[in-house]
Parts: sequence; structure tokens; C-alpha cells
Amino acid sequence: MSGRITKSLANGRGFIPFVTAGDPNDEVSLEICKLLANRGASVIELGVPFSDPMADGVVIQRSSQRAIDNGVNLRRVLSIAEKLSSASTVPIVLFSYLNPLLRFGVEELCSAARSAGIDGILTVDAVDSEAEELSRVLAKHEMSLISLVSPTTSDARLENICRNARGFIYAVSKAGVTGASGSLSGDAEKLTAKVRKFTDLPIAVGFGISTREQVENVWKFADAAVVGSAIVAEIEAALAAGDTLAHVEALIDQLLPLQKAAHTHKVEGSR
Amino acid sequence: MNFEPNNKGYWGEFGGRFVPETLVAPLDELSEAFLASRDDPEFHSELAGLLKDYSGRPTALYFAERLSNELGGARIYLKREDLNHTGAHKINNCLGQILLARRMGKTRIVAETGAGQHGVATATVCALFGLQCVVYMGSEDIRRQELNVFRMQLLGAEVRAVDTGSRTLKDAINEALRDWVTNVADTYYLLGSALGPHPYPLMVREFQSVIGREARQQILESAGKLPDLLVACVGGGSNAIGLFHPFLNDAEVQMTGVEAGGRGAALGEHAARFAKGAAVGVLQGTRSYVLQDDDGNIAATHSVSAGLDYASVGPEHSYLRDIGRIKYDSVTDSEALEAFQMLSRTEGIIPALESAHAVAFAVKAAPKMSREQVMIVNVSGRGDKDVDAVRQLLNGGAK
Repeated sequence: MSGRITKSLANGRGFIPFVTAGDPNDEVSLEICKLLANRGASVIELGVPFSDPMADGVVIQRSSQRAIDNGVNLRRVLSIAEKLSSASTVPIVLFSYLNPLLRFGVEELCSAARSAGIDGILTVDAVDSEAEELSRVLAKHEMSLISLVSPTTSDARLENICRNARGFIYAVSKAGVTGASGSLSGDAEKLTAKVRKFTDLPIAVGFGISTREQVENVWKFADAAVVGSAIVAEIEAALAAGDTLAHVEALIDQLLPLQKAAHTHKVEGSR
Repeated sequence: MNFEPNNKGYWGEFGGRFVPETLVAPLDELSEAFLASRDDPEFHSELAGLLKDYSGRPTALYFAERLSNELGGARIYLKREDLNHTGAHKINNCLGQILLARRMGKTRIVAETGAGQHGVATATVCALFGLQCVVYMGSEDIRRQELNVFRMQLLGAEVRAVDTGSRTLKDAINEALRDWVTNVADTYYLLGSALGPHPYPLMVREFQSVIGREARQQILESAGKLPDLLVACVGGGSNAIGLFHPFLNDAEVQMTGVEAGGRGAALGEHAARFAKGAAVGVLQGTRSYVLQDDDGNIAATHSVSAGLDYASVGPEHSYLRDIGRIKYDSVTDSEALEAFQMLSRTEGIIPALESAHAVAFAVKAAPKMSREQVMIVNVSGRGDKDVDAVRQLLNGGAK
């Protein structure tokens, strides 16, 4: 299954949207994912809501809390993933903090995730040796642990992380939490160049990417751009009127150049 | 027996370093600086000088004769951490860490605070060394501890209110971590309890162990024997591990950590992480016992004492509990309030509400012990900060 991710990102100009599963509700969340797949998402990052998202900025914190208030838990996230994977070929990566996964049980989770058609899992607060068990069980179920690297990661550690990595490498563009920032720092390009020395896997750059200019900039040196908070902010902006899909679609129109990203995944049952 | 963690910061299955990748390098840098300081006599002599001349150590070990007589049973000694500069044990750790921060060349300090005691101690050491200081504090705690907010501001710190989650200590830690991850180059995170990612639990324990080292020597001098029982309150657990650690190899010394039993046994009504239904999880960088719901979200907690109002506990405590070396118990809000008044009345010592939990346990335990037996209760802080809140609770009939 990690092969699917790598293949989907193989041609560059990749687009990886993040949404919190179950925000504003399970049904609309699924429709957003289908829309994103339809509009050229190379991989979809499905966020598992958590009460204490310490690596996230305020936009994703609020989104996570809305989902929790709606009663969204890992089981319901898996159910959204399952519906998405039966309607689309887009690879799905769960994006989570460790505690909800531990509470669910790592073995049980990996087996349920595989059945739901999930390709990989990324844990924000468990990297390298702290994610060993999860990585091992994921591999047993033919899924990938997606590895994060940051501008502060040492070369020795980069080499080790890249050696064990599967699917793609998620390069954090800046030291900080998730959320929009005005300009992309030079750190991302430098980091991507370093990672390239250690792996042939696709490299995606995320954290703080919210404009078309930034996406195109990332495509000059990396394989894919991750856009999270900007999409989640649109979902939040549409809460009152309820026209969520129109909001997200308008953002994608702004974000992606006309010829769209390299891949368009087949989606059934989309509007 | 060896009570050291392994090189990844694990005591058994507890501890570790569960952080975003960006924080791994700064934590490595911190570990290195800490380990270097451990072997550096110059560091120790500078710290010892500050503890003595600035904070007023050693703190007294005081025989609470009237309290002992009133309860009947064990002779109760109080380790007077409330007599430290800034009024609590928190300064021990802050002095140690600020020296490290300076050695590392950091110019900006961030910290979290619950009751405000750690925030005040951090603001104090930053004033002492002329460093910029930002303290994160939950808005619920700000309401409960207004005076400490002003104190920090007087000391030159910026206090930032945290309005997310339960608006208490846990949320202040999240915010401090977010600040640190954003400003890693020049910022030092001065964590206040034996919590968080490696090396914090080990480092904070080392800086707080001065409590137990002094107490061990003092009790041998004044009682002529080792104590039969040590009692300390446990929020994150820094005052407790500081008192307990130097006695861990003395098999005859029993120890009880006292958690906040709050106002009931239901999840959300207390902060007793070791109570029935306890579960291991990962919160804020460390693997330990965590109060959580079935989905793995962190549970709300309640305690009359802001400093004990936290959903997890230091990993070393979890380990010592599981191997049976330390017992843990809890007392309720109202038992703590009674003990708060009792110590004030019998000894003329107003304890912090946190420390009142340890006193409340002693009130229950002492009568079951003999006059030949000796108990040390850690009075981790003084109660001035709580006087107004207690007045309102008693007038409002909180019991």
C-alpha cells in the first residue's frame, strides 16, 4: 500500500490536502475529501481529532475540538476513510497524535485501518524510535509510517529516518506549529535538498502553505505541497452558511494553477 | 537498587520523548548541557551558592509537636519548603535550569504555570539574571490566582492567558510547547515539574532532590533515625520526587504520594491519575498514567488546588508506583480545606492548598502509627496565595 502513495507522488507537482475528519460533520467531511480527490489531490491526509494538539496552530485546534464536540472518534474516522476509499483511488494517510491510537490499540487499529483502505499513518508526536512499535505493526499490515523531518533535524538523524521511511517524507517547512504564514522560508528548500541526499522517496513540504504562489514555489524543489490550515479555515468560514463545498472548491481554484496537479484520482459518487 | 532512567529517558515503560520532530534536536542539546553540568563542580558550587544565599536553604525540618499531639500517634516533622524565597519548592528547579539556560546561551525563557508558583519562581530567576520571560497560564487559573499574576508582572514577566481546553495547567503546557517549537533558536523552555519529554523528568528530579538530601540529614540529627513514612502531594510530582528520591534505597522508609481527589470519583471530578480505572497513555511528551476518555482524549480534571489539577503525572512516579516502591492515595477538596485550617491553627503555618493535601493524608495516617514512629510531611509551599480562595470557599459553604 505504501507503493500507492509513492506512485501517486512520482510525477511531482503533488497536492496533499489535510482535513480534520468529521469537521463540520462526518457526511460533509467525506464529501470534502471526495471533492479534493476529484480536484487533483495526490494523497489525502485525514486528521484524527485530539483534545491536546500541541503541534497545531489555532485553526486546526478549533477544528479538532469541533469534531470532538460532534463525538468523532477514531472508529468514525475509519468509517469516513472506508467510504472514501471505496469511492476513490486516492491514497489516504491518517494524521494523528499518538494517544488516540494507543487507546484504540495499535494491532487493532492497523488491522482496521487496512480494511478501511488506509495507506499510511503519520504521528505528529511520535517520531523515529518512539514510533517503532507502530511502524513495525503497520509494516506487517502493508502500510507505511510516514516520517516527518524538520529544519532542526540533524544530518545523522535525517539519514536514519530516511533509511526507515516509506511512502513519502514529510518535510516541515519551518520550526513552528501548523498554520498559514506569509512567506515560505528558505529552510524548506535547504531541508529538501538535504533529504534528497538520503532517499529517492517523494518529498512533500508542509506547515504554513496557503497560497498558489507558495504551492508553485514548493513544486520547484519538492514533489508535493501539503495544505492544511488554509482548507480547514475555509471549512470554519462556511460554518454559519453551510456552503462548505463551495468554499473549499473556491479555495482550490485559487490554490492550484489551471492545469491542476499531476494526478486526478477517479472518484465515484461525487457531485 | 538503581532508580535511573535509561538513556532514552525511560523508567520501565514510562517516560520517553514524544514530541514533534522539531523539538528533538533542542532536547538533545538540553540533555547534553544537563549531563555536562552534572559532572561540573563549578556548576554545582554556583547552584549551591544561589540556593543558600538567594533562596535561603537549607529549609528547616520542623517538629510539629502540637499537630502531633492533637492527632496522637506518629511524630510529624514538616519539611519547610514554604520558607524558600518565593514561597515554594519551585525555586530549586528554576535556579538549576536558569543556570543551564545561561550556559546554553539562551536569551528568552518560556514557562507554564498552574497555581502560579512556578511562574513566579521563573519570573524571579529571570529577573535575577536579566532574561526575557514569558509565562503561559490558563485563564481559569488566572482567575483563581490573580495575585500571582500581578507578582509575575512586577518581576518583569509577560503573562499570557491561555483560553483553550480546560484553561488550566495542561493547556498552559501546550501553549508553552507551541511557543518553544516556534522560537527554538533563542528560547529555553523552563518546565516546572517532573514531567514532559526526556530529559525534563530526570533534570527536575535532580534539582529538587536537594529537599530529600537535606531532610535525610536533618531527621537523622533531630530524631536519630530514618523516618518511617514520607508524605508529599503529587501534581506533576516534583516536590514529591524531590523528597522521596534520596530515600528510595532505604527499604525501611515508606512513602505516600497524595493526589487530588477533588469532589468525586467520576472522571472529570478529580485529578487522581492512579485511582481505579487508571490507564497508561502519552501526553505532552511523556508516557505515563493519564486521565483520559475511551477515545484517548485527555479528560477534564478538577481540584481545589490549581497546582494538582493535571491529567498526567511524572513518569518516574508511574514506575515507582507500578513496582510498589511508593504508595499513592488521594484526599478530597474538603479534606484538604480542613487540613489547611488545622495546620494554620495548630502550628501557625498556613500551607499551600497543594501541600494541604499532604497534610490531610498525614491527619488520617498519624493516629494509626505509634509515638515512636516518625513521619515527614513536605510543606511544598506557603498558603498566602490561597487565602482569598479559601475564604470564599468557606464562606460559600464548599463542603
